[in-house]
Amino acid sequence: MTFPPCYQPDDDEPDDPSRRTFMIGSAVATAGLLISPTITAQPQKAAVDPHAIPISLNVNGKLHSLKLDPRTTLLDALREHLDLTGAKKGCDQGACGACTVLADGRRINSCITLAAMQQGRKIVTIEGLAANGRLNAVQAAFIRNDGFQCGYCTSGQICSAVALIREGHANSDDEIREWMSGNICRCGCYVGIVAAIREAKHAAV
Amino acid sequence: MQPFDFARADDAKEAIASGARYVAGGTNLIDLMKADVEHPPRLVDINAIPLATIERSGGGVRIGALARMSDVAQNPIIRERFPMISQALLLSASPQIRNAASLGGNLMQRTRCPYFRELTFAECNKRSPGTGCAAVEGENRMHAVVGGSPACIAAHPSDFAVAFAALDGVITLRGPNGERQVLATDFHLLPGNTPHIEHDLKSGELITSLFIPDAPHAQRSAYLKVRDRASYEFAITSAAVGLELAGGSIRSARVALGGIGTKPWRSREAEAVLTGKSASAATFREAAEAALRGAKDYGQNGFKIELAKRTLVRALSDLAGGVA
Repeated sequence: MTFPPCYQPDDDEPDDPSRRTFMIGSAVATAGLLISPTITAQPQKAAVDPHAIPISLNVNGKLHSLKLDPRTTLLDALREHLDLTGAKKGCDQGACGACTVLADGRRINSCITLAAMQQGRKIVTIEGLAANGRLNAVQAAFIRNDGFQCGYCTSGQICSAVALIREGHANSDDEIREWMSGNICRCGCYVGIVAAIREAKHAAV
Repeated sequence: MQPFDFARADDAKEAIASGARYVAGGTNLIDLMKADVEHPPRLVDINAIPLATIERSGGGVRIGALARMSDVAQNPIIRERFPMISQALLLSASPQIRNAASLGGNLMQRTRCPYFRELTFAECNKRSPGTGCAAVEGENRMHAVVGGSPACIAAHPSDFAVAFAALDGVITLRGPNGERQVLATDFHLLPGNTPHIEHDLKSGELITSLFIPDAPHAQRSAYLKVRDRASYEFAITSAAVGLELAGGSIRSARVALGGIGTKPWRSREAEAVLTGKSASAATFREAAEAALRGAKDYGQNGFKIELAKRTLVRALSDLAGGVA
């Protein structure tokens, strides 16, 4: 029995983080063809939100000064305003864990806290875990142990697992399962997830 | 979510003077604001107020209202002297939520009744007073069997509040007119005809600390939770039990039940049965019968009555050293 080779991005489809920006840019350009030149000639300005308040966030070691509607959750601030789309919106009610990030080193659900409430805390997202071009040991262990299938929950799983190992809750598979219960995997990759955490538990995460 | 004004307070006085709705962890309030069940016009973030200390105080432990569930659960004083409190907290929610949620907020959390949480249903006396209760004759498997009224049978969701009520907890409140204390058992109110009024809180009052007195039955105590899945789920039934044993007999006992009541359900009836008796299977069963006397089956939740009795018997027998 043979398995198909792992997916490899080819030259025509570079793994380029700027691709998103390019696609947005081309969409605007296309739309521009369909609307009157007088409208497109006007400078593109973001609508001023009358409810916006100044909010400063420290994310992955970088300070951001934003003006946001107070209703903005931390998750929406990360994804919609800082282009940090690693943390995912799953249930959006604190039940699935896909939005897990670290706040002052502690794992929290970023979907049920307001960005305004997280000012002054050091937020770390999945984008901030790798250092010096090297994956965090938990990220590497998830890859080695097939700790995901579709990948939607993975950012949250990994952030949660990093915190779990730092907390000292990786002493047995049962303990790992209990302390990962705030992260749901709809693909059911729990065997790989537990194996990855078991493997990474002695590493400096 | 409805728009609101947002401010941060650095001290309790400032927060109380603001007249705004308090937010600490936000794990329950923000969720309910998204669902449009809650829509406070003004929110004040109280996280900067120095109210998170856990310390020995006057024959017990005083826990600042902003102490996080995870910090209280792992605190050495709590683990050694009040094990049921630590256990109840660790059996609650998920690690992420326990890191965010405060103890004061835990006491204020609102029911998981689906009719309350889902605006599709017009009937909910708790959400919209006077509209009726869809649960009494609806889907009520998870609802209360004690403490209900024709107006509301929503179960109280907290585990911690059950243990806190069992151990004679005292809540300190600060408001525009100063400070006062309320017993944990008096803080949550029965629904009666006013299920939307859930706590003995006056306008503007802020929970500042929670006190639990030392006692032999607090030191020998445990929390047992029964739920639909092994972790990260609300209780179907739960029992918070404390026993002071002398030889084979029970000198003092504390019993409260969770998952079955419209408020954290302290059972002085069960405690009266246990006190002075020998720690035996028969005594525990008699206590369980006393605790659930008057319980009402609303159609789907009748199984909770026997399950709650067995939960209590099991918790007591495990605590007494496997008597039953």
